[in-house]
Amino acid sequence: MSGVRVLVGTRKGAFILNSDGKRKKWDVSGPHFPGWEIYHVKGSPVDQNRIYASQSSGWFGQLVQRSDDGGKTWEPVGNTFAYDGVAGTHQWYDGTPHPWEFKRVWHFEPSLTEADTVFAGVEDAAMFKSTDGGKTWSELSGLRKHGTGPKWQPGAGGMCLHTILQDAADPKRIYIAISAAGAFRTDDGGETWKPINQGLRSQYIPDPTAEVGHCVHRLAQHRSRPNTLFMQKHWDVMRTDDAGESWIEVSGDLPTDFGFVIDVHAHEPETVYVVPIKSDSEHYPLDGQLRVYRSRSGGNEWEPLSKGLPQKDCYVNVLRDAMSIDSLDECGVYFGTTGGQVYASADAGDSWNAIVRDLPAVLSVEVQTLQ
Amino acid sequence: MIRVVLPAPLRQLAHVDGEVCVAVREPVTQRHVLDAVEASYPMLRGTIRDQGTQQRRAFVRFFACEEDLSHESPDAPLPDDVARGKEPLLVVGAIAGG
Repeated sequence: MSGVRVLVGTRKGAFILNSDGKRKKWDVSGPHFPGWEIYHVKGSPVDQNRIYASQSSGWFGQLVQRSDDGGKTWEPVGNTFAYDGVAGTHQWYDGTPHPWEFKRVWHFEPSLTEADTVFAGVEDAAMFKSTDGGKTWSELSGLRKHGTGPKWQPGAGGMCLHTILQDAADPKRIYIAISAAGAFRTDDGGETWKPINQGLRSQYIPDPTAEVGHCVHRLAQHRSRPNTLFMQKHWDVMRTDDAGESWIEVSGDLPTDFGFVIDVHAHEPETVYVVPIKSDSEHYPLDGQLRVYRSRSGGNEWEPLSKGLPQKDCYVNVLRDAMSIDSLDECGVYFGTTGGQVYASADAGDSWNAIVRDLPAVLSVEVQTLQ
Repeated sequence: MIRVVLPAPLRQLAHVDGEVCVAVREPVTQRHVLDAVEASYPMLRGTIRDQGTQQRRAFVRFFACEEDLSHESPDAPLPDDVARGKEPLLVVGAIAGG
């Protein structure tokens, strides 16, 4: 029988939740790596027992943990992330040049086809690749060195590469996103990159339509439509249907279009989910009501989903890596909050339950649909 | 044998309780002690000092014999009591927060 494994990264450890295909009862294990910041935990689509976890702390730096038994046991693997050649500078918050410095891994993206290949998105923004299961890492430096790097600037959370999307139809095409630089695409497996930010408009940079400088919070894609991407930008929900060559705004009737997460239904490529957050200075839901918004038309028209979610006095945030979906017949949707709840819907968002609560602040949520 | 007390998060990472003892080549310096600790516990590489520059991580401190040795040269001899195994080298996570 199929099942679901939810991988939760928090400020003070990782948690793993297991359920059968009904998704009614959940077994919670953890904390794994107690006390450490776990920015991201993600399983391989090739080998469901292989899981990578980004373990870091301000005191003791970055570790990479790998499990080959579905999260029961873990082994530290390679934690050397050396920038290729001269690291150079990017812009600091005040606009002055600032040296590139490795801080942490924000995101792991295991290969869709090779069990030992995994990509890592790091702060300060760069992309690394391992082809030996995380033992060694090499920078795909064509991204950082393609020319606009010195203009990149950190967002409030740091200058992080937080999103990596692999094109299921073309293994050499990869999309990534950086706060606050924008979205980028490679068509040759990571050798060369180009900014894909045409159509974005950001009032917080001197030229609102600049080639780079946009604070992209998250990208999402349905595998059946690799040229269509959805974006939650700092403000604005956007979509492209030409692989990022041009973007249009699809915020439509959202009550606020600030937010962090965005994801796409597993079986309906035009069904999209966001969690609107009040503003860039007030990182909580409008009016204390936690609501997921769903569009069944690829944007513009959105419906609030609130059944089972707190509708009073709720002032949590939902961070950019903290929403995921499963691929069961009735698509499951999951998200975690900075208040330590993980909410799940087993009916594509119509109703929600907290499958665990009172964890440390949730940084990331990933789901594995188990066979 | 040189005695080393690791902070709790690193003891957990290295799967050890209490202090660890490592054989250290002469002269007994911070560098040689950390070389020996990392050789015995490879999972600690990068957690106490940077793997590239070998510099102490900013929020890690080294104490021994009631002295703060964090700013001493990594190649300076450690106090005799540490070198004789009478006193441990303390690796400490700097206090931060409330």
